[in-house]
Formats: sequence, structure tokens, C-alpha cells
Amino acid sequence: MLTQPTRVELNPASALVAGISVHGLTVTYNNGFTAVRDATFDLEPGTICALVGVNGSGKSTIFKAIMGFVRPSAGEVRLCGRPVEEALKRNIVAYVPQSEDVDWNFPVLVEDVVMMGRYGHMNFLRMPSRADRYKIDEALERVGMSAYRSRQIGELSGGQKKRVFLARSLAQEGRIILLDEPFTGVDVKTEAAIIGLLRELRAAGHLMLVSTHNLGSVPDFCDEVVLINRTVLAAGPTAEVFTQVNLERAFGGVLRNFSMGGTALHDDADSRRLTVLTDDERPLVLYGDQPGVRDASNARPPAK
Amino acid sequence: MIAELLVPFSYEYMLKAMWVSALVGAVCAFLSAYLMLKGWSLMGDALAHSIVPGVAGAYILGIPFAFGAFFAGILASVSMGFVKQHTRLREDAVIGLVFTSLFALGLLMASIWPMSVSVQTIVLGNILAISNEDVVQVAIIAGVSLAVLALKWKDLMVTFFDESHARSMGLNTVFLKGLFFTLLSACTVAALQTVGACLVIAMVVTPGATAYLLTDRFGRLIVISIAIGAITSFVGAYISYFIDGATGGVIVTLQTLLFLVAFYLAPKHGVLAARRRRMELAGAEA
Repeated sequence: MLTQPTRVELNPASALVAGISVHGLTVTYNNGFTAVRDATFDLEPGTICALVGVNGSGKSTIFKAIMGFVRPSAGEVRLCGRPVEEALKRNIVAYVPQSEDVDWNFPVLVEDVVMMGRYGHMNFLRMPSRADRYKIDEALERVGMSAYRSRQIGELSGGQKKRVFLARSLAQEGRIILLDEPFTGVDVKTEAAIIGLLRELRAAGHLMLVSTHNLGSVPDFCDEVVLINRTVLAAGPTAEVFTQVNLERAFGGVLRNFSMGGTALHDDADSRRLTVLTDDERPLVLYGDQPGVRDASNARPPAK
Repeated sequence: MIAELLVPFSYEYMLKAMWVSALVGAVCAFLSAYLMLKGWSLMGDALAHSIVPGVAGAYILGIPFAFGAFFAGILASVSMGFVKQHTRLREDAVIGLVFTSLFALGLLMASIWPMSVSVQTIVLGNILAISNEDVVQVAIIAGVSLAVLALKWKDLMVTFFDESHARSMGLNTVFLKGLFFTLLSACTVAALQTVGACLVIAMVVTPGATAYLLTDRFGRLIVISIAIGAITSFVGAYISYFIDGATGGVIVTLQTLLFLVAFYLAPKHGVLAARRRRMELAGAEA
């Protein structure tokens, strides 16, 4: 069941493919610590991909490499076929930060934050044009935050805060959107709204890379999964990669694991076991080998 | 009576003092809008004390004080890095250790070797007696800093608010942060002339902190902060003529008074507004 990442040799033709391609990425920090070694994966546009791994497995390092915060000591990252610095200058990447990384006391209003998404499209004085104002109206409308546009960001609820930063990524119009733990501290309604929005963006050809601990929601909306623990353990379609065997390998006993089967679960000869895997958020429930899917739109037929 | 109030305007040295103070007050206030939001306020203090030996040395050697301050600033940051790397001391202890040592060295230098300005001038500032060469230096530093800030204030805001987002739009955040600290160091040197090493910290914290209580938008915060910095510095220099007091003390006292007014009376974030909201809430529940 284990899917090994396939190594694709870089040639001029593949360099033109839009999306994220990470090839042989190794990042060693100045203190000599190698956070990620020889990581390779490719993501196509029109994909929602989960980046899953324990804390310290290199998730944030991979994000940092994609944002150009850290320089690879080996290998390379290309975004829409371009080197990172060039892609960033073209506003190809939008970033939705973790809530705990934001200074909520900063004196900015909701609309100011969304306007920051347009800065990369403006001249060097960052003077908004009428088109920029229209784009932020549209982005606020789309996440349902128009009524809150004149609030200071600290006055919002957890879910509303997330929506503001999603609106900023919409206003930025990045082809690639990185989301760092988008479901932490968010109510179920907002979670559904965020997932709905991500699906719309997928349909419009955007590529989303979502770092998450929320294992249970991954099969709901992610087409692909990259499992990491200091390197890429497995990468590919969710159904193939997001299995109990791979997850236990990625989390190495850190997951809470609860499994039930035989006569405790069935009064017939059904050999499937009910397995609950959880990190610290919504658990992943496996019935037999298949993840239990909450939302019908991504559901697959049950295994028989 | 009126004629008496206009007396300071008839002296060239007073006019010079008022305008230079206002310029320095304005640019320090601009920087304070950023500094106080990042929890780096005390770095302004450390910086101001650390450059004293450089300024003293420059006066002893008869070279422009900005050069001396520059070298002392580099010496301070290098020694902080060195001590931090080779001990397990916490950062605040290292900063406290290095800046007081350099400050003491500065005082020692100034009292051993004779120089054209007194120790008191460096520690407390003496804008009323500022020389013309020093006015030129201060005006260039403050003017260039103001121009750079006016052009780059939005980029700096994004960098300080959300560095990852700043990166995602291709901004060089390392350069921008370096630029900010360069401006901060330069303006600290300029402020040394007006309020002295001990009170520089107030100039780069208080106006921003006051404005923060009055608005929720960063652009307005900068405007309010600059207005506070420039006006209190101008008026402070003016008042010091009458009471024959240290200009720095008068300027910073004025800034503190404005802060207290905002602290109690700010329409949204003031103490009284919070009390009124609590009362209304209690009234609604009852």
C-alpha cells in the first residue's frame, strides 16, 4: 500500500507545468540541524493537497522553502515552473497564516488586511486603484465578511479571523495558496465554509497546500496527501496514501489509536475493524481500510 | 504680555532649537509607531545609551558625532551578539549588561579627556546651544529618514504585521528590517542632541503609544503620532526658554501629559470609555 514518491527528472518541458514541484529538497539550518532531507513531490493545479506530519516533521520548513524564507542546501523548489523568488514577485503564492502567528492587537481593520493582499499588484507606493478596491469588496463578500470590514481584527471571533485572511489570499489572486493549520480554533460551520471555498478555488484551477492536524477532515476535501517526517514518506492520491499503515509510519506512535473489531463490533463474519486515529483534532475513522467520509460530495463507494 | 510670549521667536538660537526639535520629534514619532507594536521599545533605550562613548569620542577627536555614534552602535550590537553566543544568559540580561557598560565608558571618557561639550550635554541634550554643524547633521539625518519612511511605510507595515505575507508578495523582509533599524539608530543619534541619551526612549515610544489608544488604523496612527512628536517637541523647546529648564525634560513631560489624557479620555480604548461600556453592560443585564 505504501506509495513511494516517484522521482521525476527535471527537463525543460516539465519545468513549464504549473503547480508546485519540490525536487530533492534538503534544508539544513545554520545550527547544523537538517529539518528536511531529500524531499520530492509534485502537485498539479486544481488540487487540494494536505501536508501531514507530526510537529517538528518539517511541515513549516517546507512552507518556508516554498516562501523563500530558507534556502535549500540541496535540491530545488519551483512554482509554476519558476524559481521561488521570481514566482513570489509575480504574486503566484498567497499565504494564510496560523492564527497564533498573527498579532491581533495590531491597529488594522478587516479591510486593511484584505487590502494588503493587493499590495503586490500596486506600484511601489502601494496606492490602491479602483480595481483594487473592487477586488477587496469582492473578496470580503465571498467569505461573508462585508459587514465586518470596519472592525479592528482583534474584535472578531476565531472563525471570522480565518475568513479575513482567506479573503486576503483571494484578493491576492495567487495561483498557489498555502494554508497553515486553517481549522485550528474554528467552529464546525466555519470549517465547512472554508472547505466549500477551497473546493470552489480548486474548480477555478488553484492549487492549495494545507498543513493540518485535523486528520478526520483530510479525506473530506483533499485530493492528494503528502505525508512527511523529515522527508517525504508518501505522496499521492488520498485514497492510496492516507492509510492506517502510512499514518502510523508518519506519526510513529504519537497518534492516539483506538481499534475495534471481531465480536466486539459485529455479530456476523464481517472482518473489518473500526479504527480511530487522532492527533489532537478531529479523529480519522477508518472502517476496514476506508476512511469514513462525512460529506457526500467527496464520498467513495464503501468497500465490500 | 503678548510681546513677552513672542520673545523666543526673536532669537535665532531659539528658532533653530524649536525647528530642529520639531523635525527630530516628528521622525522619532514615526519610528515609534512601529517600535512599540513589536515589543522592541527598550531597544531604543539600549541603543541611545550605547552610542554615548562614540559621541564622546567624536567630540574628543573633533570628527562629526554621527560617525562616532555609528561605530559605537556597531560595537554594541557585535558585543551583544558575542556575549549571547558564548553564554547562556538571557537576551535582556545581555542587553542590560552591554548598554550600561558602554554608557559608563562614555561618561568615563568624557570626564577624563577634555572636550568641547560637557557630559551633561550628552546625557541630557542641549538643543539651545547646538552648533551649526550639528544642526546640519541632525537635519540631514532626520530629513532623509522621514523621506524614506514616507515612501516605504506600507511595506514596513506589512513586514511588521505579517512577515510571511510580505515574503509571499516578493518583498525583501530582511532588507526592510535592516532599513528600519538603520533609521532607528540614525534618529536615536539625532535625538541625542535634543533630549539627551536618557530620554531618547520616550521620543521613540510615547507618541506611538498615545496614538495607539486613539485609532485602530495604522495610517492614522502614524499621522497622530507624528503630530504629537512634532508639536510637543516644538512647544517643549519654546517653553524651556521661559522656565530655563532642560528642553528634553519639558518635551517628554508634555508627551507624557498627552499620553495620560488619551489613557483616560480616548473614545474607544480609554479607561473611562471602558468603564462606561461596563456600566452599560451591567445596566442592560439588570
